[in-house]
Amino acid sequence: MNAPVNVKAGKGALPAREKLVVIGNGMAGCRAVEEVLSRDGDRFEITIFGAEPRVNYNRIMLSPVLAGEKTFEEIVINTPEWYEENGITLVSGDKVVQIDRATQTVIAASGRVEPYDRLLIATGSDPFIIPVPGKDLDGVVTFRDLDDVDKMLAAADAGQARGGGSAVVIGGGLLGLEAAHGLSLRGMKVTVIHLMPTLMERQLDEAAGFLLRSELERRGQTILTGANTKEILGKDGKVAGVRLEDGTEIVADIVVMAVGIRPATGLAKEAGLEVERGILVDDHMVTSDPAVLSVGECVQHRGLCYGLVAPLWDMCRALADHLTDQPTGYTGSVTSTKLKVSGIDLFSAGDFSGGEGCEDIVMRDAARGIYKRVIVKDNRIVGAVLYGDTADGSWYFDLLKKSEDVSDIREALIFGQAFASGGALADPNAAVAALSDDAEICGCNGVSKGQVVSCIAGGAHSLDAVRASCKASASCGSCTGLVESLLSLTLGGEVESGPATMCKCTSFTHDDVRALILDKKLMSIPHVLQELHWSTPDGCASCRPALNYYLLCAWPGEYVDDQKSRFVNERMHANIQKDGTYSVVPRMWGGLTNPRELRAIADVVEKYNAPMVKVTGGQRLDIFGIKKEDLPAVWADLNAAGMVSGHAYGKSLRTVKTCVGSEWCRFGTQDSTGLGVKLERMTWGSWMPHKFKIAVSGCPRNCAEATIKDFGVVCVDSGYELHVGGNGGIKVRATDLLCKVATEAEAMEMCAAFIQLYREEARYLERTAPWIERVGLEHVKQKLARPQAIAAYAARFHYSQTFMQDDPWAKRAAGERADLHQHLATVRPVDGAFLMEKA
Amino acid sequence: MMYGDWLDIGPVGQIEAGTARTLPVEGLKDGARRELAIFHTLRGEFFAIENRCPHKQGPLSQGIVHGDVVTCPLHNWNISLRSGRALGEDEGCVPTIPLKVDAGRLYLLRAAVLGEADEVAAPVPEAATVKD
Ligand code: SRM
Ligand SMILES: Cc1cc2nc3c(=O)[nH]c(=O)nc-3n(C[C@H](O)[C@H](O)[C@H](O)COP(=O)(O)OP(=O)(O)OC[C@H]3O[C@@H](n4cnc5c(N)ncnc54)[C@H](O)[C@@H]3O)c2cc1C
Ligand code: SF4
Ligand code: FES
Repeated sequence: MNAPVNVKAGKGALPAREKLVVIGNGMAGCRAVEEVLSRDGDRFEITIFGAEPRVNYNRIMLSPVLAGEKTFEEIVINTPEWYEENGITLVSGDKVVQIDRATQTVIAASGRVEPYDRLLIATGSDPFIIPVPGKDLDGVVTFRDLDDVDKMLAAADAGQARGGGSAVVIGGGLLGLEAAHGLSLRGMKVTVIHLMPTLMERQLDEAAGFLLRSELERRGQTILTGANTKEILGKDGKVAGVRLEDGTEIVADIVVMAVGIRPATGLAKEAGLEVERGILVDDHMVTSDPAVLSVGECVQHRGLCYGLVAPLWDMCRALADHLTDQPTGYTGSVTSTKLKVSGIDLFSAGDFSGGEGCEDIVMRDAARGIYKRVIVKDNRIVGAVLYGDTADGSWYFDLLKKSEDVSDIREALIFGQAFASGGALADPNAAVAALSDDAEICGCNGVSKGQVVSCIAGGAHSLDAVRASCKASASCGSCTGLVESLLSLTLGGEVESGPATMCKCTSFTHDDVRALILDKKLMSIPHVLQELHWSTPDGCASCRPALNYYLLCAWPGEYVDDQKSRFVNERMHANIQKDGTYSVVPRMWGGLTNPRELRAIADVVEKYNAPMVKVTGGQRLDIFGIKKEDLPAVWADLNAAGMVSGHAYGKSLRTVKTCVGSEWCRFGTQDSTGLGVKLERMTWGSWMPHKFKIAVSGCPRNCAEATIKDFGVVCVDSGYELHVGGNGGIKVRATDLLCKVATEAEAMEMCAAFIQLYREEARYLERTAPWIERVGLEHVKQKLARPQAIAAYAARFHYSQTFMQDDPWAKRAAGERADLHQHLATVRPVDGAFLMEKA
Repeated sequence: MMYGDWLDIGPVGQIEAGTARTLPVEGLKDGARRELAIFHTLRGEFFAIENRCPHKQGPLSQGIVHGDVVTCPLHNWNISLRSGRALGEDEGCVPTIPLKVDAGRLYLLRAAVLGEADEVAAPVPEAATVKD
């Protein structure tokens, strides 16, 4: 099928017919002809030019051909016989190179000149090639036609012969992933390089992208997101690999560029037709020249260019109606996408980016790997993203296209058509009431409706009670809504509410989330959101920092801190001020300082024109009014004098206040200053649920105010009294005495153990005072009663500290995350032009 | 409308998803200066707005980004990146600047950058994603 097929129009054609010439023997061009023929088979004498040396085939099925699921013969749409029977002249393997509108002729590469009465341009699109060095090397291919597939297959075969080849696919969109899938089925080791953080970001939100990525990785592909190709490396004129912006190099025998497409408008533009991104057409697919029409991916209609087939069918209908004098008009299409990778169910339609007035309805079923999100605006579905279960995709798409009012079925919408379909079942309670007694409610634990109802009747009057007694909704939680419906159906208004949930994004409490992170070994925020069925796509400003802390606390060695989930102060390692500048507080261990440090601080104040420097309430100095751009330089200067971050900005250890103690004070019983310094050296840098303050006083006169600190030490003749849970802030609380120990070493170990217990048990943004009020001092005492337990908590703290104790300022001063401190650029308008200065 | 005069401000890769970066504009009429914040959301969209919270001028570029909303770092107002409007109970609006992405680069509507285009910029900036 690869040789040019030229079909001559049969004899006996009526000479009086209008001449229709089609440029592009592809999906739109041929479909348009089919539509015209079905309306009026005798009206036109038709010639089709095709650059490809073959008949028209189903381009979208090239992916299954690459994957070995179909042969080329199986995807041919129009056979040579079709052209013949319909009297169509097919000129294949001969590209049209010019349109002469004055003489109404087209000229092909072979020199063939063809006159037309009506011309149809259906040239489709060209793959976009990113302009990097090496793009012209042998082995760099695109994914557009059968020749491309043949090149990929040849590379896979050659690799196979050598015992396994490698392929790099640039572009993690629909095309790129289908290419990657095919190549990997053909035995190649595949790496996908994607510029954006989420695969198929045009069709998928972050949550679905995460699931897709996990699945592809599970299948052995390497997925690099946020990766920018810098260069394609070659050897002897052939592709050898790819180098990324960050220096990473990946070996490759073949590089597939699938970064996007551009409407093929060259011919039209040269012919003087109006072209923007695509060839401009009106609702009847007529270009700026009434004799010239255009359909397919090459057109721009009402401002839009399309890259999928569904719109083509509608365009072709409107075109044929117009050509046969019964104009109807095309008004644009809403598109939906499915990925053709076997075993991966994925559907996306409409606008899923959310926005003003949009409401997200999210359902996640981690056990079955399902994520569904429907976006509703003004009571109408405007978008849907489905992963794992796409059965209702067409139903949602239908509602979307018809712009149907869904307010009546709103509550049950996300459960799909079966639940939400019409009438009495529209109310979710009614839908649940209508279920039979043995309908399964909780898939994870195999609990039927009858069992849930009898467990409620047996006294389980809250969601938690149901979870505890019959396990329904106790695992993945996706049936929570169903169980709640059953509760209100069975009990009327008497449902008891459980403890407050973490935030509006989840029905789990802080404690649930922490337990599940450990239980299910959840290691990243997207992973938590999916497994725990978050009802928002990417959380909110309240749960994201909490999750980041919980993950950091659970997996100190493994978890990669998510800077973008931190409040500005922790991200910038300084305190933001009301004017947007920052204050900088270097650590002064135990409140001690020396001339070198004081000199460095004085120098910084002068060098950066800091408007104020102040002694804080935490026994150290605070430099105010530093711009974010200057922070790294300020830190470098302070580092040079041996000072590190004071974490005055963090949910972390703040200060350790001390008094002068036995070394100088006439009443001092122990070296409170020395112990304070040791405690600060041990605990600095650790992240906590909230800020944490320590003080050590040398005697019960308590000059360091140790009894209003989170952990306070009051030295006495016989040893050290250890106090916990104090707070001097909004609600003053004096500490409780935890215990008394004899040695400094014991005081230090207890401090470490207490902090770790607090880190593991308190909720995010709960200081020690409210935490102890909630759980009771007895609970803390009991947890820290046995020496082995104390040792175990302390050991976990020390382990975690091995990862936390490196000065964040030093890394930033050395250039890490410069993007956080630099402007993108500075813009200065000069005489109407712009001057851009890069940072 | 979308073919006005666009200012190229560089490749998309400069802004980590889920964060924003700033773009000062100096030497405006009467020597004025303004600062823009260019956001890249976790859903891969880009937005440009003025870097001043309608509440008390907090630097919005420094807030936590979730969905197409940024939470101001000073007093936690939630601002829609799409419309510039404060959400929930709060009332206020920050100017948005039409932005488009083409072949991996970011473009801002020139007139809006200069602050001369409040009438031109009336349509909400089109959700911009990398490949179009
Ligand atoms: C700088 C300082 C005031 C001063 O000039 O002395 C200060 C400044 C702030 N305090 Fe404080 N507190 C400072 C010592 C204290 C103390 C005294 C102490 O630590 O001995 C207390 C009472 C003790 C306590 O915490 O129990 C204190 C209780 C608070 C509270 C109330 C906490 C509470 O649990 O009720 C807040 C609000 C909060 O954290 O949510 C707060 C919050 C703040 C914030 C972070 C407000 C904010 O969010 O922007 C201020 C940051 C200013 C900045 O940019 O640096 N600050 N703050 C002190 C810095 C100490 C240091 O060296 O790190
Ligand atoms: C691998 C792959 C998978 C896809 N999967 C899907 C999918 O799952 N769902 C979906 O909706 N869409 C999919 N698409 C997109 C779909 O194939 C296109 O939207 C559709 O083919 C566009 O039709 P068209 O006629 O405009 O362009 P084409 O089908 O590309 O036809 C244009 C034809 O014109 C020819 N031509 C161009 N210039 C000239 C010239 N000067 N002279 C003569 N001939 C010329 C070209 O050689 C080509 O054969 C996929 C595309 C590819 C490549
Ligand atoms: S007391 Fe209030 S005003 Fe003073 S620093 Fe603390 S938070 Fe700011
Ligand atoms: S300045 Fe933004 S919330 Fe106050």
